[in-house]
Amino acid sequence: MEKFTVHTGTAAPLRRSNVDTDQIIPAEYLKRVSRTGFADGLFKAWRDDPTFVLNQPAHATATILVTGTEFGVGSSREHAVWALQDQGFRAIVAPRFGDIFRGNALKGGLLPVELPSEAVEWLWDALDADPALAVTVDLEAREVRAGERSWSFPLDDFSRWRLLEGLDDIGLTLRHEADITAFEGARPSRLPRTQAA
Amino acid sequence: MSDQPRTLAEKLWDAHLVRAGGDEPDLLYIDLHLVHEVTSPQAFDGLRAAGRPVRRTDLTIATEDHNTPTDNLFSIVDPVSQTQLETLRKNCAEFGVRLHPLGDDEQGVVHVVGPQLGLTQPGMTVVCGDSHTSTHGAFGALAFGIGTSEVEHVLATQTLTQRPPKTMAVTVDGVLPEGVSAKDLILAVIAKAGTGGGIGHVVEYRGEAIRALSMEGRMTVCNMSIEWGAKAGLIAPDETTFAYLEGRPHAPKGEAWDEAVAYWRTLPTDEDAVFDAEIVIDAAELTPFVTWGTNPGQGVPLGAVVPDPSVYTDPVQRGAAERALEYMALTPGTAMRDVDVDVVFVGSCTNGRIEDLRNAAEVLRGRKVADGVTMMVVPGSARVRAQAESEGLHEIFREAGADWRFAGCSMCLGMNPDKLAPGARSASTSNRNFEGRQGPGGRTHLVSPQVAAATAVAGHFAAPADLV
Ligand code: SF4
Repeated sequence: MEKFTVHTGTAAPLRRSNVDTDQIIPAEYLKRVSRTGFADGLFKAWRDDPTFVLNQPAHATATILVTGTEFGVGSSREHAVWALQDQGFRAIVAPRFGDIFRGNALKGGLLPVELPSEAVEWLWDALDADPALAVTVDLEAREVRAGERSWSFPLDDFSRWRLLEGLDDIGLTLRHEADITAFEGARPSRLPRTQAA
Repeated sequence: MSDQPRTLAEKLWDAHLVRAGGDEPDLLYIDLHLVHEVTSPQAFDGLRAAGRPVRRTDLTIATEDHNTPTDNLFSIVDPVSQTQLETLRKNCAEFGVRLHPLGDDEQGVVHVVGPQLGLTQPGMTVVCGDSHTSTHGAFGALAFGIGTSEVEHVLATQTLTQRPPKTMAVTVDGVLPEGVSAKDLILAVIAKAGTGGGIGHVVEYRGEAIRALSMEGRMTVCNMSIEWGAKAGLIAPDETTFAYLEGRPHAPKGEAWDEAVAYWRTLPTDEDAVFDAEIVIDAAELTPFVTWGTNPGQGVPLGAVVPDPSVYTDPVQRGAAERALEYMALTPGTAMRDVDVDVVFVGSCTNGRIEDLRNAAEVLRGRKVADGVTMMVVPGSARVRAQAESEGLHEIFREAGADWRFAGCSMCLGMNPDKLAPGARSASTSNRNFEGRQGPGGRTHLVSPQVAAATAVAGHFAAPADLV
């Protein structure tokens, strides 16, 4: 996984709440068996609309998405994270995220940044006024900065450390393999197994 | 563990802790991992790249559901879908995972297959790369959806790193009125709590009306926990649970059964345990429900009208309602019963079980699907289909003019050939009415199987009691 420390880029204001996973990428686009190539399905239903924010030249290469509350509710499809990354996004700013989406984003190194609604609305207005506004997402300081403003955002220490170091989750867990084996040894034998019916 | 009174969710958590506390999240052991074709290919690729095996093939099972056709068992028209299914078959063969492919007697929607085999049992942890894994919580199992990176993590380690969620109780007191189903109940809960109301929480559904539900009804309720953001939904195991499980292929037998039941009886939430939040609902006030918008929280009683967005004081909700009405082509003030539908879909992991099909068939018996309406009935699994045929339900559906299909996710999501045409309006027993969920431009209204069947006959939204 690519490390995330401090990222400065341009941002796209997506003035919608409740952008669910079917909006981020419809099911039709989930058929690939690779981890890349999902950008063509990103926000599919809106991509033909010339007024859609990512169709505006000023926002087409944004690396930070600033959006409304409950972003990523719905399905567990990690393809939603991959599609956003394929499009070039490194961080998503919203007041609140769907739980599974948030977890998937953290796994893949797409930073979910929770800021209060007032901050999101300030950013929307500021980005409308100046689409080239530089926005900084600083994971070390757990802070977003834009213009004269700054806001801190919450993230637990462990997730922050993993992202800063770009560490592989499975490798981290396998440090505890002895604990897993001990736990397995104590599981009751009546628990079901898929193979012997 | 501590002597503090604990909730069911806390007991399940504690019983699966491989490792707790410190600077790291908890490490939870996973008792059952369900796999399907859409969210697993990249996980198996990851294992291959790292040279890792599947740690517990005996706790892993796969089925094909999202991409499969439901009009035949053999020909998959879309080559990309075909590749995804073949990839699953190859991966399962290579890593030694049990698979129920298209055409197999046990094939079906992953959340229908686990319970019917008796693999889902109280006290377990169950995960799947699918958000509706919450379904299995109906057995008193901690069950939740995960992403593909986590699928790989579970395949490799049989564990997940997790932070303890908050707990919430949804208490439904009293008795559901005649004609009101589990689906109506959960749609009403979501309308009340809002689509984000459960975020960060494991929800336990309790109270008299929940206790009175069958296992099928409980699965319908838990299935939709994710639709209001909950991490998982739970119902405490009781005699209804035990009766459903006894004799199923993977249920414990003999002494192991007695031992299991004795353990399961210790699981319900302790009397003095405290939840972080609680919602109380009076079952007597519930009626058949239907959604009008583009998220599952945008629903009203069937007898109500399409709401006016101006009733929302919260500007975010008002904006969402305005957009939803435009997408759904509905005018505020229109009676829901005056809204005509083009397609009726009975099926999915929410309402594709045998009891759901019986309920729909009961309404359709001796009646006809209205002219201009297409009705599809899609069993949740091959076994449900066989059971329904042994009861003659397929004859009732066919005589009414409905299409009787093979098992799969079907029109629940626009991924296989069963899609809603742009602009078409459906009454659907599935769980998501998101924009384009059933096909680009399609307009979905979520309902119970009973309302779906009555709507098919009437041609517009209707309850069975409306039919003459
Ligand atoms: S039936 Fe629908 S909700 Fe259930 S697993 Fe299939 S696509 Fe998902």
